[in-house]
Amino acid sequence: MRRRRLIKTGMSLAAGITLANGLKACGSAPAPTDSAADAPAAAGGATDATLTVVQGGGFPNSLDLHRVGTNRPAYGVSWAIYDRLMTFGTKTLADGSVSYDYTVLEPELAESWEIAEDGLSVTFNLRKDATFHDGAPVTANDVKWSFDRAVSIGGFPTFQMKAGALESPDQFEVVDDNTFKVTFLTAGNKLTMIDMAVPIPVIINSELVKPHLTTEDPWGAEWLNSNDAGSGAYTIGEFKPNERITLTRFDDWKSGPLPAIQEVILLDVPEAGNRRALLEKGDIDINYDLSEKDQQELADLDAFTVTSVPIENCLYSIDMHTNPELAGAANPFADVKVRQAVAYATPYDAIMATALYDQAVPMYGTGKAEPDAIDWPQPSPYKTDMEKAKALMAESGYPDGFETTLAFDMGTKEWGEPAVVLIQESLAELGITVNIEKVPSANFRSVLVEKSRPMIINNFGGWLNYPDYFFFYAYHGQDATFNGSSYKNPEMDKKIEAALASEPGKPEYDENVKGFIAMAWEEMPRVPLVQPKLGVAMQPNISGYQYWFHRQLDFRQLVKA
Amino acid sequence: MAKQSTAQIIGKRLLGAIPSVIGVIVVTFLLTRALPGDPAAFFAGPAATAEAIAEVRVTLGLDQPLLAQFFIYIGELVRGDLGVSLTTGQTVVYDLTTRLPASLELTLAGLVFAIALALPLGILAATRPNSWVDHGVRLLATAGVSLPTFFTGLFLVYVLYYKLGIAPAPLGRLDLLHSAPPQITGLYLIDSLLAGDLELFGVAAAQLFLPTVTLGLFALAPLARVTRASMLGMLSSDFIRTARASGFPPRQVLFGYAFRNAMLPVITTLGVVFSFLLGANILVEKVFAWPGIGSYAVEALVASDYAPIQGFILTMALLYVVLNLLIDLLYVVIDPRAGVQG
Amino acid sequence: MATTTFSHTRYVISQNLITFGAFGLFLILVLFAIFGTAIAPYDPLASNSAIALQAPSVAHWFGTDQLGRDVLSRVMVATQLDLGIAVLAVALSFLVGSALGTCAGYFGGWPDRIISRCIDTLMAFPLFVLAMGLVAALGNTVTNIIYATAIINLPLYTRVIRSEILIRREAGFVEAARLTGNGDWRIMARHLFPNVLPVMMVHISLNMGWAILNAAGLSFIGLGVQPPTAEWGIMVAEGATYIVSGEWWMALFPGAVLMVAVFCFNLLGDGLRDLIDPRMRT
Repeated sequence: MRRRRLIKTGMSLAAGITLANGLKACGSAPAPTDSAADAPAAAGGATDATLTVVQGGGFPNSLDLHRVGTNRPAYGVSWAIYDRLMTFGTKTLADGSVSYDYTVLEPELAESWEIAEDGLSVTFNLRKDATFHDGAPVTANDVKWSFDRAVSIGGFPTFQMKAGALESPDQFEVVDDNTFKVTFLTAGNKLTMIDMAVPIPVIINSELVKPHLTTEDPWGAEWLNSNDAGSGAYTIGEFKPNERITLTRFDDWKSGPLPAIQEVILLDVPEAGNRRALLEKGDIDINYDLSEKDQQELADLDAFTVTSVPIENCLYSIDMHTNPELAGAANPFADVKVRQAVAYATPYDAIMATALYDQAVPMYGTGKAEPDAIDWPQPSPYKTDMEKAKALMAESGYPDGFETTLAFDMGTKEWGEPAVVLIQESLAELGITVNIEKVPSANFRSVLVEKSRPMIINNFGGWLNYPDYFFFYAYHGQDATFNGSSYKNPEMDKKIEAALASEPGKPEYDENVKGFIAMAWEEMPRVPLVQPKLGVAMQPNISGYQYWFHRQLDFRQLVKA
Repeated sequence: MAKQSTAQIIGKRLLGAIPSVIGVIVVTFLLTRALPGDPAAFFAGPAATAEAIAEVRVTLGLDQPLLAQFFIYIGELVRGDLGVSLTTGQTVVYDLTTRLPASLELTLAGLVFAIALALPLGILAATRPNSWVDHGVRLLATAGVSLPTFFTGLFLVYVLYYKLGIAPAPLGRLDLLHSAPPQITGLYLIDSLLAGDLELFGVAAAQLFLPTVTLGLFALAPLARVTRASMLGMLSSDFIRTARASGFPPRQVLFGYAFRNAMLPVITTLGVVFSFLLGANILVEKVFAWPGIGSYAVEALVASDYAPIQGFILTMALLYVVLNLLIDLLYVVIDPRAGVQG
Repeated sequence: MATTTFSHTRYVISQNLITFGAFGLFLILVLFAIFGTAIAPYDPLASNSAIALQAPSVAHWFGTDQLGRDVLSRVMVATQLDLGIAVLAVALSFLVGSALGTCAGYFGGWPDRIISRCIDTLMAFPLFVLAMGLVAALGNTVTNIIYATAIINLPLYTRVIRSEILIRREAGFVEAARLTGNGDWRIMARHLFPNVLPVMMVHISLNMGWAILNAAGLSFIGLGVQPPTAEWGIMVAEGATYIVSGEWWMALFPGAVLMVAVFCFNLLGDGLRDLIDPRMRT
């Protein structure tokens, strides 16, 4: 039923977006409504309002999101000062909040596009009236330079472009000043078009950057790091890393409805308690990326608009190392019975209540071993059942238990720390002695890469909202960073690869997705805990908030009354 | 024992400091390299493959052997290049020059606050030794130094800002509506006065208030104690007794003679306290979102970001050398006899 | 005779009321450190989500934390760890510092120059950052916190001992010992070192307070002990995020106890100084 409506929506999209056909709906989200009609077209138009924002999870550290080391909060600023060729539509969720809609692509710098009949290329027609912040018109040359940069500069941008099979400058062609053509490597890659609407392929004012290019720095990384060369809805006012950033509306912006907010002030306030106090005292307009506790308590106060949206394709989980040996010793978690026992011993409800203040979507306790949907993330069949856990332990190769280490990222300590303490307590009942290791954020990435710990708390989320995309990073034998269990199983790999090559709506896609989910429940290399929510609290006079997959605020739709 | 000229003292001091500074550079380099966690893995981004990480490692020069890395670092250091901070995305030199004034302003303000409180208290205690005033001063000063600064800071914010609304929001050096004065010294209090902007001065002073009190309380104890001890020593010395006996007015004896001469140890302590505070205000900066070099160093340390840590520690070491030099020179100014140290 | 001793004691106590108060407090802390685990009303590690974040009450004098653990029990049990870290760190830096300082002061010449140079280098570091760096590099375990705290305290001991030994090196009793055929090491260990011990006691006591603050500071920025271990600094750091939402007890009580402990050591140090050498009193 849901599927059919989805396909219908897909059909009604702008001509030629074949890839947007019938993508799966998000677990907790209803079927999307027709997006274009619902988009709040910056109701009321431009005002001279100033918006002050504080956010958790760090402070933007660069204006160039192609740079090595640019952090996630910086995507939000880049999103505002740069345009992309296309953007996503929006949809209204069940609770009335607005989310982006990844099944709908909408024009941004490109006013239209056509996919070739053979499905091997796409031609974009650029807006003729769009200009960069310095007044220069946006041309196809700028677009090509920007795309070349993204696929050539290395690191994360190049990697992300590759995810959509955009790999070489040869794929990008300037047809004329206002026409830009992208050649595909293969026909029918469902990620290619979407990948051109994510934050990475920003369109940069190449003529402005060129004087700053050197042989050591052929892509102007040093200059773009702290200078604005965009055509986006906002220009940079002040840029003081770790202090404050101000954004001023670009009144000649043509790629969308002019934003209502005239100036945005982003402030770095590292203490979560101080951020909350500032909001409660009315000194700031928005407190973004709230802890679970603040989500719950600020909502209870009833004085603010609090919106919490489940983060798409994201999962908090316990990952158990599955290789037979770890650091030269036998690894108990290689025994599937031990892993299942842990899954039954995990105190899900207590974690949900005390660590997450019920501000997350539970991902446990269905009791059904066979998945009946292809939604991801979806609840596992496991629930807390000590008797079963003990029985499984008795059957395993470690009936008397063992000693192990559970590592978690200090950056997630607000929920991670109570969660690991609760897990430690529960596993003690199985005879498993858990030592907790709190790892500073910088080192945690190494822990993930090295896969050197028997148990970790993982919180992987994928941008591109497909179960096969998630599984490719979290369960596939390529052993990517986020496969915290280092899980390798050729059968699982086969199913994941088959799903990747297919697309939603096709029978083999459903079959393979259900297949690898069932296998994940049987093998249990990771114990899903919850799907987290992204929370924002705003003063009551702020409206227009939208959830975006990049998890940053989109200032362009916000309105301050 | 020939008397040395000021220039000789400076030269000798600076030469003597060179081995220490070299030691600091080497130890810091080794320390940062010993940090766990792979900066390449961290900065390659969340979804990086092994190749992407290797690529970043080459970009960062971390694929070189340790010794080669060290010589590259020294070479850059000689050219005045402290590298680029990956966390802030700026050069370390830029970061330090924009952030050092913030730390200096806070530390100086804390010191001034402490002096303004410690000197009168110390003198008061010295004039009435073993009275309840003396004990009270001692208790107060000891209590100040016993407070964990982060704890004091948080509670001051909670009570004075959140509950009572007297203090301004802990938002760093200025409130939301104001931007920085044109930079001359980098100290907002001075720059705003130079720019003739009294309103901005008020705003900067208000923002400075809570962190200053938090930090100043910590510096109170050593200063009050030294003042008391030094004054006590002076008041029982022969020349003060002579002055008293000669019938000089008590006020003049106390402030004209005793206090002036008691200043020497106080100044020494001041130097020590200053360099101590400059390092110790890390926690205060974190609580008050103060954009100083202390909070900068913590951020860098947590991210295994080598260049800023090295730059920060080197800056602090140089400051320490300069500070000690200044104290020595101040000694010479106050007491010319002190210039002789064969 | 007895009365004179008694009146003398009374005189000393009355002159050092604060010190004796601090000593009493110190004894209480030591008692908690030894018997804390035994007399704590609840298991400091047992969570109970049903009673999470409860305000102080008759059942839980200091309230409960986010996992429903009793804050009072955790504060009591933490005494052992916090005092332990401080005592071990101070003892370590005292031992190493004494050895280095005595050698430097007694022999002079190149041993002195090398040791002094190393200590100067250490002094040029921003000490708290050095401690942070060491713990970050070695890993955040209790042992490493002790090492880091000991290392940053090293310059103090080495310098003080060196100068104290330097003063006494040529003193009559040392000459006498030398003339009666005592070797250098014996003179240092048996004659010089015991002589500077009283002065060092003062520094040790003052230093204890600082060591506790230092460990707490490390915990506050996340470089402290691993959860779920109870430690004052980490309890304050965790509680800090709960202050604004009204759960002040989680940070206040451990913070207050931390402060009292440091306060007690500082007062004790002062008092010892008075007793040992009243002229040193500041």
